[in-house]
Amino acid sequence: MSAIHLRYEVPGDDFTRAGEASGAVKKRLKALGYNSDAIRRVAIAMYEAEINMVIHADGGYCDVDIYPDKVEILLADKGPGIPDVEKAMQAGFSTAPDNVRNLGFGAGMGLPNIKKYTDDMRIETEIGVGTNLYLTVRVNAE
Amino acid sequence: MNIKEAVEKLNLKILVEGDMDREITDCYIGDLLSWVMGRAGEDSIWLTVMGNINAVAVATLADVSCIVLVENSTLDEEAKVKAQTHGVTILSTEKNAYNLATEIYELLK
Repeated sequence: MSAIHLRYEVPGDDFTRAGEASGAVKKRLKALGYNSDAIRRVAIAMYEAEINMVIHADGGYCDVDIYPDKVEILLADKGPGIPDVEKAMQAGFSTAPDNVRNLGFGAGMGLPNIKKYTDDMRIETEIGVGTNLYLTVRVNAE
Repeated sequence: MNIKEAVEKLNLKILVEGDMDREITDCYIGDLLSWVMGRAGEDSIWLTVMGNINAVAVATLADVSCIVLVENSTLDEEAKVKAQTHGVTILSTEKNAYNLATEIYELLK
């Protein structure tokens, strides 16, 4: 049973709105009294994943389940899928276009950052169908 | 040192005023947003040339103390609005990141 369930739409191709979901979750966790390290890890992992959805997958949605001891996040898109997950996980590997790089993204840090900041990360991806990214961050309420 | 003191001692221009009493305990320099987001410490003064809306989001999510746009790099209008909405302090200087950082180092010692 989930304590709190949240769902956010992530708009496609709109960098100005990316970060709204992670910002909202951050605020919510703060209000609930979770420790700042856990909040930071959730926020960063979610923002990177949101940006990925904006860059590569024309948006999607994310489901957030907040438990007393962990936060579980599903980011689901109907994008092109990831052809080589192992390669995508390598720091510095990126298929992002130049306009994205000009914004300060596309450094191939997204998935490595997400892995670094979460306690568990699982990718389900199918070419032409989409990608589901499952994240777990363990937290301790203060 | 808080932001107000930093503004005075480092002679910074205020582009967006947030909580000026917020403490600065560290400094970080970087323009690649994913890199910064993963590494900048909480309550850092962040020196960058990225004045776009995503930089504001990164500042919020990484919980840095404030942004300083070095070498008079420009702040986008939409970034300014977002910073105002979220209470993110944005400062500006004509100095480059290295020169400003050496001064910050002295103040944080």
